Amino acid sequence: MSMTPNIDLSVAIGGLTLRNPVMPASGTFAEGLEKVMDFNRLGAFVTKTITRELRAGNPLPRVVERPGGLINAIGIPSKGVPYFIEKIMPHYAAYDTPLVVSISAPTAEGFASLAAELSIPGVAAIEANISCPNIEEDGKAFAMRAESTEKVTRLLRAATELPLWLKLTPNTGDVPEVARAAEAAGADAVVVANTILSMAIDLKSFKPCLGNIMGGLSGPAIKPIVLRQVFQCAKAVKIPVIGCGGISTAEDAIEYMLAGASAVQVGTATFLQPAAMTTIIDGLRSFCLHREIPRVTDLIRGVVIEEADEPDLAWLDPVS
Amino acid sequence: MSIQLDQSQAAAPSGAPIGGSAPWKASIVAELAEVVRNQAVNAEYRHLVVNCSEEAAAAQPGQFFQLLCPQPAGEQPFLRRPMSLYGADPDKRQVEFLYKVTGAGTRGLDTLRPGDQLDIMGPLGVGFTLDPEWRHIVAVGRGAGLATLAPLARAAKANGTQVIAVFSARRPDLLVSVELFHRHGADVIAVTDSEATSGPANVERILRRLVADGRCDAFFTCGSSRLMRVQQRLAREFGLPGQVAMEQQMACGIGLCYCCVRDFNVNGEIVNRRVCWDGPVFDLMEALP
Repeated sequence: MSMTPNIDLSVAIGGLTLRNPVMPASGTFAEGLEKVMDFNRLGAFVTKTITRELRAGNPLPRVVERPGGLINAIGIPSKGVPYFIEKIMPHYAAYDTPLVVSISAPTAEGFASLAAELSIPGVAAIEANISCPNIEEDGKAFAMRAESTEKVTRLLRAATELPLWLKLTPNTGDVPEVARAAEAAGADAVVVANTILSMAIDLKSFKPCLGNIMGGLSGPAIKPIVLRQVFQCAKAVKIPVIGCGGISTAEDAIEYMLAGASAVQVGTATFLQPAAMTTIIDGLRSFCLHREIPRVTDLIRGVVIEEADEPDLAWLDPVS
Repeated sequence: MSIQLDQSQAAAPSGAPIGGSAPWKASIVAELAEVVRNQAVNAEYRHLVVNCSEEAAAAQPGQFFQLLCPQPAGEQPFLRRPMSLYGADPDKRQVEFLYKVTGAGTRGLDTLRPGDQLDIMGPLGVGFTLDPEWRHIVAVGRGAGLATLAPLARAAKANGTQVIAVFSARRPDLLVSVELFHRHGADVIAVTDSEATSGPANVERILRRLVADGRCDAFFTCGSSRLMRVQQRLAREFGLPGQVAMEQQMACGIGLCYCCVRDFNVNGEIVNRRVCWDGPVFDLMEALP
């Protein structure tokens, strides 16, 4: 009788060791999911984005579906820091799963002070959401430019000793350059990426489908785009890249890891299949088993590219 | 017997904590259910019955499911569709839905035939609560609200509570679940637009008479803001409790995305709640149209 080989699914992300590379994307995860899946199976928890100020969120409608995806403009409703510490954190204290807290602020200084305030026992890492396309005016975000990313990262780095993840935006011409800026300023990892700024119009009323007019597209429709950005960023930086964009299946997660992601975040898929994350973890294990890959980390940057075949993406760099 | 809903979502984590010995078990499931029946009940509504798991069949009145609807030709609904529970039978392990074909999702549901599979997720949300002390309750519904109130009739009978249902529709032939309410011993008062009996003033006259006759210990309603406002006014005037099942566009159905929020008036303060997770059943007096 043959023994089932032990597959090592653990990954190291900037000072944290995760039992597997699968975690929720911020904004698509909350305590209620414990009725659907065993929280002790996840690689990490990632909270909804917390702001210092109380935020009601955007006007309705906040979501609209399109083939292969979902456009949202929720607007980061937040009940503030004391509520998070008193009411939300205790839900996660009982689990042996690292708690990554997603934060947002209108200024770089605001990001830093929020990170300092949330650098408390029970928080394993800070994910700075410098990329949400519907929180800033007209879709603008810190991560659209390397300079503003460098500044906010530097202030965040000085404000916390916790592992620091920067969540980047796909809504900019040169994501690798922004990733390099985050790395240079002391980020421990970058999350690539967030939703893609988009719009939908109702042909009955001629009105935008969303109360906020514009929103962020997520779901399978964006996977090829973000996968390319992860591939570019993983070549540009030495810190881990966490892939996030349209991951619904283990095959999607494997593609992301082959492109260079050290871990993945699952978002919209959870809306359709609430146990998607545990299904993906099981799928990663069985893929490794069947391909005789002993460690899931062996997949990272495993995409096979013959030198001559490597695509020339220089045209994407506006300065060259 | 009173309906006791699982309130653990408001309490401490219920999964398997560190060192805990009890294996974790899902109380909300997404599963492939088998279609038993999917047929028209009148010119607008269709009745869908599926075989499901024990967890799904444990759904309570007022709860709902998120259905991953089949794709009709030429259309690609992406999200699941929330659907009120029309009936649940734990012994047969079945749940039932009543739907009207209005968009891509329900057009997809319409393609289902007996033996087909349908991905259902639930049971979801906070349902109705019945107080064992209540002798009579009044259920007021219109449109899809008639379906949402239907499982209440069976639960009220089990609770020893008499139901008086005031049902509103455009035409008499569009009234649904009247038979079901009769079967559970309920009195049904039908009001319709075509007979000019469905206006708020007439419904208010009917409700006032029920209150005066001592036949209303609580209001239950779904499907009409106008009728809800009438009941709120009467509930305030006579100090009666009430519950309302509310609707809102949803994405996740489990409280993750904050797409389905509505404003509620809680002691004069406007608060934001998620219809999918904090509801869909809310205190009548806190609901805003």
